[in-house]
Amino acid sequence: MNAQEVKNLIRGDRLTLSRILSQVESQSEAGRQALEALFPFTGRAHKIGITGAPGAGKSSLVNALTRQLRRQPDAPKVAIIAVDPTSPFSGGALLGDRVRMPDLQRDPGVFIRSMATRGALGGLAAATEAFSQVFDAAGYDIILIETVGAGQAEVEVVNLAHTTIVVDTPGTGDDIQAIKAGILEIADILVINKADRPGADQSVRYLQAMLEMGYARSGTAGHHASETVNSVAAEKPAEPWLPPVLKTIAIESQGIEDLLGAIQAHRKFLLESGTWQVKERQALQKAIQRAIAQNLMDFWEAKITPELFEATLQSVVERKLSPESAAQYLLQTIQGL
Amino acid sequence: MPEKKIRVLIAKPGLDGHDRGAKVIARALRDDGMEVIYTGLRQTPQMIAEAALQEDVDVVGLSILSGAHNVLVPQVIQKLREVGKGDVFIFVGGIIPQADIPGLLQAGVKKVYGPGTDTREVCQDIRAAIAERQQA
Repeated sequence: MNAQEVKNLIRGDRLTLSRILSQVESQSEAGRQALEALFPFTGRAHKIGITGAPGAGKSSLVNALTRQLRRQPDAPKVAIIAVDPTSPFSGGALLGDRVRMPDLQRDPGVFIRSMATRGALGGLAAATEAFSQVFDAAGYDIILIETVGAGQAEVEVVNLAHTTIVVDTPGTGDDIQAIKAGILEIADILVINKADRPGADQSVRYLQAMLEMGYARSGTAGHHASETVNSVAAEKPAEPWLPPVLKTIAIESQGIEDLLGAIQAHRKFLLESGTWQVKERQALQKAIQRAIAQNLMDFWEAKITPELFEATLQSVVERKLSPESAAQYLLQTIQGL
Repeated sequence: MPEKKIRVLIAKPGLDGHDRGAKVIARALRDDGMEVIYTGLRQTPQMIAEAALQEDVDVVGLSILSGAHNVLVPQVIQKLREVGKGDVFIFVGGIIPQADIPGLLQAGVKKVYGPGTDTREVCQDIRAAIAERQQA
């Protein structure tokens, strides 16, 4: 990526932006160089994750929320990264999130990019974070990251987003479902979409009860305090964030103003409490760890011969070696090479 | 290094509401290992070009059953060129009278597929065209 392309991207050239995203997605050398050149321009956008079960209405919510954002006096530029699953059998994917976003296709302040998971687990694609950096550098104020239809464990988005919205629908579970670990725990904002369906108020009550239980126990919001290893994290916010539970009907744009209000309140909370910096730091820490893992894998794949690997695998198949000791053996062998 | 996946936009310009053909072809291309972006019904040429730009697709497939192809297809191609995506492989599927096909090809369409087309033929045509472009 040359200086002219960086300039074009920052100036808002959409064709350059789109091509750079493809280069980044295919993990090409050009893509790596682009990320390198753009990284100094990142760190400004508000990244918002939207996750929830398949069919909960994530795309429709993104559509309604983006319209609402664009109607604000400052009309922030909005990028949407919509992730859908890759077929484990064919390697192909059907990316259909745009179908739910017809209102956004003519707005030059909105850029929608669909991406397939390409084998990644956790609800995002391997390049989703890199996409968010490109959009950030390209001057998008808000980046909405829509995960694949998520179950109970697709929680990767929380490592990337400043604000995580979990979308549920009425009648998807009782109070035991609501206190399980996983996707509900990562929510900064909980949304019961399709709230015109029966059971919406009960779902809201279950979720609120779960949240209050959490506060009584720890006095702080689940993931904000856990899993922090650096010194910045020691400065816990004085007042923890209590995730609001909101009702929406996305296809009728109902409840969207309140949702936007909650997002803005959460952003304010993050900035005033210092949590924004903590999250940034955590996200970058994870990024370094991922890069190390990737580099080690690349190094290993370049070093190991198929013959050596096959021979070792055969020993494991015959139960002469355990997978763990096979790995130790292979790593020691390639270190000697 | 992961291979570059072929990305295809399947779009329905105009006002007819019959999207079964579009969905069948989208599914077939997915099963052939391509990434298919489906836009839904009633897309204007401008919306299709904009989606092709944002999604950086290699291929645009237009499904038209309304009979308006002679008007819509050149408009889509015009808009694609305006946004800098004039180099995509464009195919049209649907009810297209034989007499209209030369005109569409003249306008920049690479292939026209009628009812009953074997979807494997479409996959092969796309792969051949992409391979040819990569060599060029």
